[in-house]
Amino acid sequence: MAPNSSRRLRSPTTEAPFARYALMTAAFLFLALFLLLPLAAVFIEAFRKGPGEFFASMNDPDTLAAIRLTLLVAVIAVPLNLVFGMAAAWAIAKFEFKGKAFLTTLIDLPFSVSPVISGLVYVLLFGAGSVLGPWLKSHGIEVLFAVPGIVLATVFVTFPFVARELIPLMQEQGTGDEEAALSLGASGWQTFWYVTLPNIKWGLLYGVLLCNARAMGEFGAVSVVSGHIRGLTNTMPLHVEILYNEYNFVAAFAVASLLAALALVTLVVKTVLELHYGAEIAAGRKH
Amino acid sequence: MDVRVSNIRKEFDRYPALNDVSLDIRSGELIALLGPSGSGKTTLLRLIAGLEQPTLGKIFFGNEDASHRTVQERHVGFVFQHYALFRHMTVADNIAFGLTVRPRGERPPKTEIRRRVSDLLDMVQLSGLEKRYPNQLSGGQRQRVALARAMAIEPKVLLLDEPFGALDAKVRKELRRWLREFHDRTGHTTVFVTHDQEEALELADRVVVMSQGQIEQVGSSDDVYDRPNSPFVFSFIGDSASLPVTVADNAVRFQDEPIGIAPKANDIQSGSGTLFFRPQDVTLVTDPATPALEGRVATSRRLAGTRIADLDISRQGESHHVEIEIPLDAQAATGTIIRFKPTRWKLFAE
Repeated sequence: MAPNSSRRLRSPTTEAPFARYALMTAAFLFLALFLLLPLAAVFIEAFRKGPGEFFASMNDPDTLAAIRLTLLVAVIAVPLNLVFGMAAAWAIAKFEFKGKAFLTTLIDLPFSVSPVISGLVYVLLFGAGSVLGPWLKSHGIEVLFAVPGIVLATVFVTFPFVARELIPLMQEQGTGDEEAALSLGASGWQTFWYVTLPNIKWGLLYGVLLCNARAMGEFGAVSVVSGHIRGLTNTMPLHVEILYNEYNFVAAFAVASLLAALALVTLVVKTVLELHYGAEIAAGRKH
Repeated sequence: MDVRVSNIRKEFDRYPALNDVSLDIRSGELIALLGPSGSGKTTLLRLIAGLEQPTLGKIFFGNEDASHRTVQERHVGFVFQHYALFRHMTVADNIAFGLTVRPRGERPPKTEIRRRVSDLLDMVQLSGLEKRYPNQLSGGQRQRVALARAMAIEPKVLLLDEPFGALDAKVRKELRRWLREFHDRTGHTTVFVTHDQEEALELADRVVVMSQGQIEQVGSSDDVYDRPNSPFVFSFIGDSASLPVTVADNAVRFQDEPIGIAPKANDIQSGSGTLFFRPQDVTLVTDPATPALEGRVATSRRLAGTRIADLDISRQGESHHVEIEIPLDAQAATGTIIRFKPTRWKLFAE
């Protein structure tokens, strides 16, 4: 055979160079146009009038209140969903019981339902026309148009993240390690703490990260229950909308850039976790 | 410690996995639970450990009823089929686990735990590997770490589920011998599950042959091999041939022709049954007047010091094949007629 014949020998799954470059260009152009450009625009708008104006708009009391409220909501909602999600995943992955398929479907409900409806559910439950709302109000507890309503809506919307991350992982790991720990005399709590939790820690962290990003960024459901009271019930996404509607672009984009930065940090940590967590899963499969 | 299993029934979704199983395990004994998959052998092991609860029946440890004790309270060493080593812990931490999870009052001091771990590693011949993680070990090493971990809690009873199932043939043989020595040295009451009869016969003091959720026979290797008490045990353990026969006029008959053997005193004296014999327990019959089984060689193969002939003994249309051992110098070309009769055999009534 002539040595130049190797040029024609290509891996059967590889396209011609022309097709490859055309596809890659198309993909990158699309990403640039629809993802990178808007993201860059947010930061450019935020700094349009210089960093001074950027930090001045950040220092606005209403903006600071919105940031505080967002952090507060995340600090309550994420741990709650960490516990609920882990409990649900534990139940589904390690036990057989009636209604398991139903529970699995139910966990996905917040993903399949429009966030507006998630919000409206709480208006119906705790509004002036409901049974619960006036009763709670008479006891001095405001749910709607107050922090509890925002937390409830956020918990509802972000519930699936941790559970969905853990269920397949825990199902794959089975109950062998737990049985081993129990047979060695460990209590249920020790088994969970020393065996189950270390086995799922990376998956759990990953789920918490996604849950947190959504808890801070949720707009629809929170918008319905918040009442948009400036300085009191406005989270960051809601505050961005108000500023924008007032043509206060620099301030709107300044707050938006904070949210975008959070998204970028989440993305980076997620990628790092995936590298690590992928290796853990592979190690788990080896024995 | 004696372990007594008494009239155990275990159902999964109303399907019985074990049905009225009773078994006495003597202190210090090495017992094999042997059976095909689905025979309930692993379920029985898990019931003894307390990893499953019986539907009916009781389990005694010594004289105490352990049926309602939790797996932690039973204090057994359990070695899982796939070892279930804790992958995020080092070998030393894995072995120490059973000691470190003890309540503060009963927990040995750290130095004592370290000493015990190093003794156990010595015992399973893995010294120097304490800092390794399970995924850095070979299958045989993991197996021994799992054993050391189970031994660390000084169990009264050692239970092993398919201990050599996931290992290659050579390591399997070595570990088998090693486990026997280990048992003789430590003297634990040991129960292991296997589907490999060679393993069970070679290793165990007594073999428990199980089938379809019931115990078929309990006995030494010689008992279950030489004196099988049921057609299942005869065909499951070792090679065997079986023939549908009838008994009449003090002769065992195959398709109405006498085959040269008479029923023993406690066999059926008339009616139909199944005759079992092993390939090596036959003798060739040369005198054409003597009644015997007669067959045509279908194939034959050389096997170490003997030759195995596959004989077609069909008469009257029904197809029957048996394999027998014949002397190396016997004629065994395909089509040769061979006449033989079993020297040791067992007749099971229909």
